[in-house]
This record gives sequence, C-alpha cells and structure tokens, in this order.
Amino acid sequence: MSQPNSPEENAPYLYEKRKAVYPKAVDGTFRRLKWAIMLVTLAIYYVTPWLRWDRGPYAPDQAVLVDMAHRRFYMFAIEIWPHEFYYVAGLLVMAGIGLFLVTSAVGRAWCGYACPQTVWTDLFQHVERWIDGDRNAQIRLDKAPWGLTKIFRRFSKWAIWLVIAVSTGGAWIFYFADAPTLARDFLTGQAPAIAYSTVGVLTATTFIFGGFMREQVCIYMCPWPRIQTAMLDEKSLLVTYKDWRGEPRTHGLKKAADEGAALKTGDCIDCLQCVSVCPTGIDIREGPQIGCITCALCIDACDTVMAQIGKPRGLIDYCTLDDAEIEKAGGQSAPLLKTIFRPRTLIYLGIWSSIGVAMLFALGERTRLDLNVQHDRNPVFVQLSDGSIRNNYMVKVRNMETRPRDVELVVTGLPGAVVWTADTDRVEGRSTIDLRVAPDSIRKVRLFVAAPAKGEEHSAFKVTVKAKSGHEKGDTDEVVFERPEGLDDDEGDRQ
Amino acid sequence: MAKNNKDIGPRVDTPTGTEFVGPEWDGIEELNTPLPRWWLLTFYACIIWAIGYTIMYPAWPMISSATTGLTGWTSRGQFEAEVKAQTAKRAPLLAAIAATPIEALPTKPNLMSAAVEGGKAAFKVNCVQCHGSGAAGSIGYPNLNDDDWLWGGDMKALDYTLTHGIRNPDHPETRLSQMPAFDGVLTPAEIAAVVAHVRTISGQRKADGLAQQGAALFATNCALCHGPAGKGLRNVGAPNLTDGIWLYGGDAATLTQTIKMSRQGVMPRWGQKLDATTIKMLAAYVHSLGGGEATPAPQEVAVSNVPTK
Repeated sequence: MSQPNSPEENAPYLYEKRKAVYPKAVDGTFRRLKWAIMLVTLAIYYVTPWLRWDRGPYAPDQAVLVDMAHRRFYMFAIEIWPHEFYYVAGLLVMAGIGLFLVTSAVGRAWCGYACPQTVWTDLFQHVERWIDGDRNAQIRLDKAPWGLTKIFRRFSKWAIWLVIAVSTGGAWIFYFADAPTLARDFLTGQAPAIAYSTVGVLTATTFIFGGFMREQVCIYMCPWPRIQTAMLDEKSLLVTYKDWRGEPRTHGLKKAADEGAALKTGDCIDCLQCVSVCPTGIDIREGPQIGCITCALCIDACDTVMAQIGKPRGLIDYCTLDDAEIEKAGGQSAPLLKTIFRPRTLIYLGIWSSIGVAMLFALGERTRLDLNVQHDRNPVFVQLSDGSIRNNYMVKVRNMETRPRDVELVVTGLPGAVVWTADTDRVEGRSTIDLRVAPDSIRKVRLFVAAPAKGEEHSAFKVTVKAKSGHEKGDTDEVVFERPEGLDDDEGDRQ
Repeated sequence: MAKNNKDIGPRVDTPTGTEFVGPEWDGIEELNTPLPRWWLLTFYACIIWAIGYTIMYPAWPMISSATTGLTGWTSRGQFEAEVKAQTAKRAPLLAAIAATPIEALPTKPNLMSAAVEGGKAAFKVNCVQCHGSGAAGSIGYPNLNDDDWLWGGDMKALDYTLTHGIRNPDHPETRLSQMPAFDGVLTPAEIAAVVAHVRTISGQRKADGLAQQGAALFATNCALCHGPAGKGLRNVGAPNLTDGIWLYGGDAATLTQTIKMSRQGVMPRWGQKLDATTIKMLAAYVHSLGGGEATPAPQEVAVSNVPTK
C-alpha cells in the first residue's frame, strides 16, 4: 500500500507533468494579425448582448437573445420558435463544415487565431508579461522563493485574471436575458441563482483554462486537433521549418566560417527564438506536431532574426507538405491562391454555401401564421338534437409576428358544415370564425363543427387560417370528420 | 493471502513494488494492488455519510415503526407540504372564481378557462364513473357534450343540478321528475300505440292508424309533462321526444319498457360532497363541452320543482 510506484528509476511513469511555458513577447505581421483578431472576437463576444434592435412593443429589443423562458431565439431581424430549431441546427452544421473548409484551406487557423482558448490564453499571457515581465523575468520569478514581491506580483496577476474571467463569465449570461436589466439585477443580488452559478462556472473555467492549463487544453483535452489531423492533407497550410534551408544548424556564422568553407551550413543559427515565443512550448523544427496550433508567432520571431543576420525571411513559414517537397527539390512552389482554391475546398465551400442559401430561402419563405388542428378523440362525435353530428377540434393558431393579428379560420370541403366556438354562437351556414391572436403567441380554440348525419363515416376536410389584412401567408391543415357507423343505411332506430 | 516467510518478508513484484496475493496459476499471479487513495477516501466518506443519514432520516426498523430521524422528515409529510404549497398558490384564483357569480364567469375569460381546467380535473375524479371520461355518457347516463338538456344547459341550471342532484328523495331542493309506470294503466296494445306515436313524432316511423290512435292516448296521458307536441318541458325535466337524442334509447322495445316501467335515474347531489367553487368549476367545464346554453335573462329563470302528480 505504501509504494504505488516502483522503487526502480526506470519504471514507467504514466503521468506527464506539465512543463512550464514562458512565451516571449514578439512582434511581426502575424502577431499584429493576432492582435486584430483578438480585438474583433473579444469585441463581438462582449458587445453583442448590448446591441439593441427595435421589434416594436411586443418583443424584447435585444439584438441577439436566447430567451429560454419564453422559448424564443432572437437574432436581429430573425425570430426562431422552438419548432424551427432546424435553423439553429443548420447554423451548427454550417459552423462544422466551415471549420472543415477553413482547416482544409489554411490548416489549423481556427486553433491559432480564433479559438476562445487561444484568444483568452493570449490575453492572460499578455497580462502575465505586463505584471511579471518577459520570459526570463518570469522564469526567475517562478524559481524565486516566496517573498513580498512574489506574493504581490502573483496576487496582482491573479486579480487581473479574475477580473477578466468574471467579465467573461458575466458576458455569457447577457445572451439569455435582457442585458441591462440582468446587469442591474446581478449587481444588486436579485438575479436568478442560475445566473450566478453560470457566471461562477465560467469564471472558474476561464481562470483555470486561461491561467493555468493553457496549452494542455489543446494538447490533451480538445478533440479538435485530433479531428484536424484527419482533415489536413498535403495541400493544407502548415507552419513549417524549412529544414532543407536551415540544416545543419550553426550557433553563429563566424564560428561556422572558422570551421572551414567546406562545411555546409544552414540558415538556422539555433537561437531558439522560435521555441521561446511558442505559446505551447514546442520546437517547430521537429516537424509538424499536434502541439502546434499554427499561431505563426515563431514565423515572426524567425523573420526578425533572419533580418538581423541578413538572410531572407521565411526559414519558418506557412507551407504545404506538397510545396515542401517541391522546394526541397529546388522547384518553385505553387501560388497561394491555387493552393487554397482546389477541388476539396471548393466542395466544402459548395456544401457550406448551399446550406446557407437554402436556409436563407427557407427563412424568407417561412410562414409566420401557423395552424395545428387536432380532432377530439373522446368523444369522437356527438349526436345533436336536430339529428346532425358534431365533432370537436382543438385548434392552435400560432402568430409568430410581434404584433396582434386578426385572422380567419375557414372550414372547406365539408358539405353543410356549421362552425362555432365557445365564444361565438352557432349560426346556420357559417363556416368561418374570426379570431384575434395576441402577438408572438399561440391561441388555442375549441372548434365545434356540425354537419348532417348523412355522409361518409370519415370525411376529410380542410381548416385554413388566413390573415385578414393583405396577402400574408396562411396555413392549412387537413382533418377528418367522424360520423357514427351505419347511420346511412339504417332507417330504423338510433340511440 | 500471501504466504509471508518471516525471514524473507512478503514477496514483492519487482517492476511495480507490489506484494503478490499468493496463489499462482500457470505462472500468472495476482498482485495485491491497493485501492486507489481517492477511491478509499470516497468509500469512507460514504460510510460516514450513511451513518449521519440514518441518524437524520427515518431508517432503522423497530417493532411497530421505524426510527423517525432527527429531521422529522417523512415522505407523507413532504407530500402534504407540497399539496399545501400548491393549494396556497391556487387560493387567490379559486377565491376569485368563488367571488364571481356563475352567470358572470363566461365574461371573464381568464377565470372561465381556469374554471374549465379545474372542472375538468374534478370531473375526472367525481363524474367519469357514470358520464364517462369524455362526458359522452351511456345508456341511462346523459351525454353532456350534446345540446339536449333535461333540466337546462346554462351555467346556472348546471350549477343547480350539480348542487342538488336528481331524484334525491331526502333533499327537498333536488331536481325531481317522476314519470309514472304505465304498466296496468294502459294495456299493452295502448302502449304499443303510444310507442308508435312517439316514434312518428321523432321521425323514425311513418304516420299510420296505430300512431294516430297513440296520439290520442298521448294527449290524455303524456302531454301534461311532455307537452302536446312532445317537445318536453324543462321545469319538470320531461325530455323532448321529437329530437334525435334518447337517454335510454328510441327504439320500439326500449320505449315500450320505458313507458311500462318508467325510468328513475339518480344523480347524487354534489353539494353534499364538493364545495361550491368546485361545483362552479364543474358547471363551467360541462358548459364548455359544446352544448352549453347562454344564461337566460333573470326574470326567465324558473328553477322550480313541480313534483308530478
């Protein structure tokens, strides 16, 4: 019981401890691109719930709102009801295929630039550099014994992280309720418990994932890098160390020259800048690997060094496996656009955009006035005193617009039918019902339909809902009118 | 377990440093690997929790009952508390329904729909035994969906019928109609003639001599309650004999039986058992089934009991 592990030193140890990563600050094209993307993605995340969108007096004015309580999803001019969830499913399918498209065209660009894990880790690391200093200072501070400075630095860093984490978790809940109201309720302690627990969970995950787990999330937890290895092919852009140009490495040109002109030297001076800027702590010179999120910071670092030693840029660069073979053989690689627009990406683009176009078309064609009619089963029919037969139907009229609407229910295809409801009187020959349906709601009406006893046992007829104003689309449902068996041929007794 | 040689100590598996259990099968041995620490701690925590649980909650069976536990919790108590909470939640709505005169209920859609739902629930408990779950009735038990009412189908009349019942001999306000048994009063031939007349006015038979003979008998024996045209009379609960709806059946055999032996269906007076609000809600539900009638103007309301002679 006392010795779970072997006393022997070469015994296999199944847990790999995290090797601390202290990424160094770097500047360059891709770093600036990352800043821009971080700014845009964070702005979208934090600002979206505060955007307003006027929908009139009967609907919330928040531009993007997932209203669980009332089962509505608002996105600018689009309002989705629960039965239209396939639009959301379609969006998710598009997001999935969009990832396939991006991956096959430009590799793991999602991982490197737009993934929340990357964006928030980047932000946290920036805070870390601001408090603790750059790579070397961070290493020193980590090794230093606990003292006043270290405690102060650690606590201020964690405090800032916590502020970011809380605001991240806090922004999430604003998508699910009116943001200004919820913000006020949240601060005064009147928000629902679920809001506090959601913020708590998301604060914890942001703090832990962004502050401590970082690249381990990408390497061990996230399934997407694994899926992407299947998505990538020899024409996908990868961050590539061009070993045919860099090898053999030297520690300095001078030293290389001293060792004799006969010695072939590569461009890599083994300065380890690419390793020290890497946010996942890998050495890109070992080739493509799962730890590489293709953030391209090593490209920036290497380009800076190449400029300093007077060599052309791009010892580490975006490159496809195919181009690597061509360049190795001394050829000219294909132009970038030709690499990106190839059958595979075009097929993905085709699928992606056809789903999008189909959804847009469906969205434009969808009815905002919906009808559902169900025949009462108990009793199936009722014999009336005048000898006619009555059937009852539960009618649900859905008004999916944010304004009250006057509609008309029309029964067609049932000879001699009389239609009435609990609120209207039975008037012979009337087969329409006028209704007012409140905005954004379902009106349930019990519809009474009487018809002469003579007729088929099951006669199908149609119930249609029409808007009274203009030429708006309505809806039609086909239902059955039931009569007792044997009434037609039995001239005799009825019960 | 492992055979421990005092001199050598327990045999230990070299790569893992774990003791062997002992027996060996064809060179395969089992290691006495300890339980993972987290598992063991969880296990102990469960034991401690279980002890606490049996102290806090009813647990140990004794001779006549079980220990009650410190918290005093019982599943029955929890159920009662939940019912109480639900009742308290509904109380304002029920109070509003109780405060509204029954004829004014349909003018308040919110109260009316709540009353219909409440009535539906009460109907399922109290009424389905006779009237059926869809209120469609059966022979001798009226169908409440149709538009034919013996005692009136407006809210007020329904409420009265529900409260006071039908043919409750011990209750002076009950709905009471007593059709005499004509066995012995009329001869079988005369009864057959009356049956022929009734089946003629209800459109089931062509008029003939027998029916004409029956018409004369009807005028002297039946018209007092059923009216000269057989249209019935609400205030004595006499059914309309000319329509398509029969409580017991409109065929010749059934009509003969009805006239000979009379029919004395009974409905309990629910005022004895249910509170006034529940009865009001039941009236609203029955009214909503499709045959409900508008409440007549007050001066026309004639809810009286005229016992037949």
